[in-house]
Amino acid sequence: MTGTEITSCTEALRLLAAYLDTELEEHEHGEMERHLQRCRSCYSRAEFEAHLKASIAELAHEPVPPRLSARVHTLIREFTVAGDR
Amino acid sequence: MADVATAPMDRTDQAWFADQITALLPDLYGAAVRLCRDRTEGEDLVAEAVAKAWEGLPSLRTRNAFRGWVFRILTNTYISQYRSSRTHGDIESLDADDDAFSLFEQLHQPILLWWGNPEQDFLNRLLRDELVQAIDRLPDCLRTVVILIDVQALSYREAATALDVPVGTVRSRLARARSRLQKALWENAHDAGITTGPAPSRREEEGPDDGD
Ligand SMILES: [Zn+2]
Repeated sequence: MTGTEITSCTEALRLLAAYLDTELEEHEHGEMERHLQRCRSCYSRAEFEAHLKASIAELAHEPVPPRLSARVHTLIREFTVAGDR
Repeated sequence: MADVATAPMDRTDQAWFADQITALLPDLYGAAVRLCRDRTEGEDLVAEAVAKAWEGLPSLRTRNAFRGWVFRILTNTYISQYRSSRTHGDIESLDADDDAFSLFEQLHQPILLWWGNPEQDFLNRLLRDELVQAIDRLPDCLRTVVILIDVQALSYREAATALDVPVGTVRSRLARARSRLQKALWENAHDAGITTGPAPSRREEEGPDDGD
């Protein structure tokens, strides 16, 4: 009665991306967790995809050039001056 | 007027805005560099997006939504101004079988499994530069979803809003993008000989399976 039941690996793999992106409904998320606890093959696949996603997420960390920080702060100061007129 | 967002902006707004932007600047710059595939253009894009965000601040309904909103501005600015000089019509050029490729499955071909833990080995050797190159080679429509969702951790809904497309489109583009990425990484690894030959250190790491 709680919606989709994950009965096959095909179904689990179809939902894997949304699961890793935490985009599944709560009951589906629970279903996936139960399947991954039981199924070694899907578990390895999920672990691999999660690691790859984490590696991509690390690209978010770009050191900001001081030139850009200075430029942005100058911009914001100019907003105030303009707003005060 | 009770609604803060429609009130005229003052020094309090300016200080709040400055704090928010300062905190988000590394993320914004990270996204901008990956969008533009160029550091200098990335700086220009961030500066432009910050200016637009300030102008548009009165239209921001809830300040909790600031992060997603600023990324929307950044992405839109990129799409409308920077992209036009480059790739056009890249959605049409997508192959239908794009979303079928799985790196994991490739790594689990019997010949590779013989060496133990190929997917772990692969991840250990995966370099930031390879990943950056693979992402840079994606067409705009796919690169933007990867950047918003995987790099900047926006939800599907936030990304859909940022790109002004339905959530279903975000899903399908994301699947294609990941498939293409994995394919590119596989081809890279293959060209570099990483996935073809034996990895000498593997046997030691396997330990218990050796039985001697
Ligand atoms: Zn399974």
